Amino acid sequence: MNRSAIDLWVGIFVAIGLGAIVFLALKVGNLVTIGNEPGYRLEARFDNIGGLKLRAPVKAAGVVVGRVESIKLDAKSYEAVVTVRVDRGYEFTKDTIASINTSGLLGEVYISLDAGGDTAMLRDGERIAKTQSAVVMEKLISQFLFDKASDAGGNKK
Amino acid sequence: MYGEVLGGLAHGLRRLGGAVTGGISKLGYASRFLFAVLWHSPQAFRRIQLTLREIYFAGVLSLVIILMSGMFVGMVLSLQGYETLKRYGADEQLGILVALALVRELGPVIAGLLFASRAGSAITAEIGLMKTTEQLAAMEMMAVDPLARVIAPRFWGGIISLPLLAALFSAFGIFGGYIVGVRLIGIDSGAFWGQMQAGVDFWPDVTNGIIKSVVFAVAVSLIAVFEGYDSKPTAEGVSTATTRTVVISSLAILALDFVMTVFMFRGAGT
Repeated sequence: MNRSAIDLWVGIFVAIGLGAIVFLALKVGNLVTIGNEPGYRLEARFDNIGGLKLRAPVKAAGVVVGRVESIKLDAKSYEAVVTVRVDRGYEFTKDTIASINTSGLLGEVYISLDAGGDTAMLRDGERIAKTQSAVVMEKLISQFLFDKASDAGGNKK
Repeated sequence: MYGEVLGGLAHGLRRLGGAVTGGISKLGYASRFLFAVLWHSPQAFRRIQLTLREIYFAGVLSLVIILMSGMFVGMVLSLQGYETLKRYGADEQLGILVALALVRELGPVIAGLLFASRAGSAITAEIGLMKTTEQLAAMEMMAVDPLARVIAPRFWGGIISLPLLAALFSAFGIFGGYIVGVRLIGIDSGAFWGQMQAGVDFWPDVTNGIIKSVVFAVAVSLIAVFEGYDSKPTAEGVSTATTRTVVISSLAILALDFVMTVFMFRGAGT
């Protein structure tokens, strides 16, 4: 095989190999949304984060606008401190409510941001003041059973 | 009586000791060999045509087997995954399953194993035969360094080829999964790609797969050229070296894969 044919084949090989990497990045990995990083950080404190995990989505009206970047425990107040990174281009009002939700019964846990009516916007590093903790299913069920039981007890008297 | 037992014990221990020191000295020789190859690489790159030739033999000629295997692996994954996911009503998650399995594990690992058997064995046999027929010695006589002329181009040809082959394997696997999942089984095309894009991230999933394939490429290429260079210059020696290349590369790929997976995906949220 002569030199130019080898060059051609190697060129084709490298080109489609790089094409495969680009395909994995764009079509499979959806690099486009990552491309918006770095956005800006917001902090939120929760009493209970339930099953929230790192890199969980942050949604506003169901649209993914960012990801959870770090989860820590404040050693003094025993609150979970969650730092989320919101993509550039999305701004939220000062009175935004952050709540931890689950999509479906067994679905992924995410943070939902509901904007309020304030005109001032949250800046990088600021804290979301109003938060709503995760609903822990076990607590809910036990509370329900407990109420039922106490109701039944009350009726007997 | 006791003398015999002690003698037998000493014999066994001596053999164990010999095997350990032999293994360690071979490991040391292999690492010195690696540094020598790296040292001679700039000299090899000055004649880039040699490396391109090796990319052609190791990479381009492996394309057919890699692409076909990738397609079939993706199609089987899709079929099997669907059967299991269907029980939980999660059959729309098939895209994530196929893409994650291929990008994180199967792409780099199977491409590495195929590459070791297809190209690694050929490299070892070629270098071993060059040594047997004293071509390497003849080059040294002519003041041509075989490390720069023969070894380094094959080493770099392997390192450049395998990551590209692994990416192609994953891409064709996903395509095969798409054909079976969407065209044959009838999962919604939008759900297939959408779930995949939501569940697979460029960082860390795709990049870790690429890092893995680069590490495998270095391991397989080094083992292949080293076994060839270190082979006994006999017909039997070349055949042993070729077998050793395939066995050691396969074990190295699987062991390295486990170690890297532990570090890469431990504690990852997804």
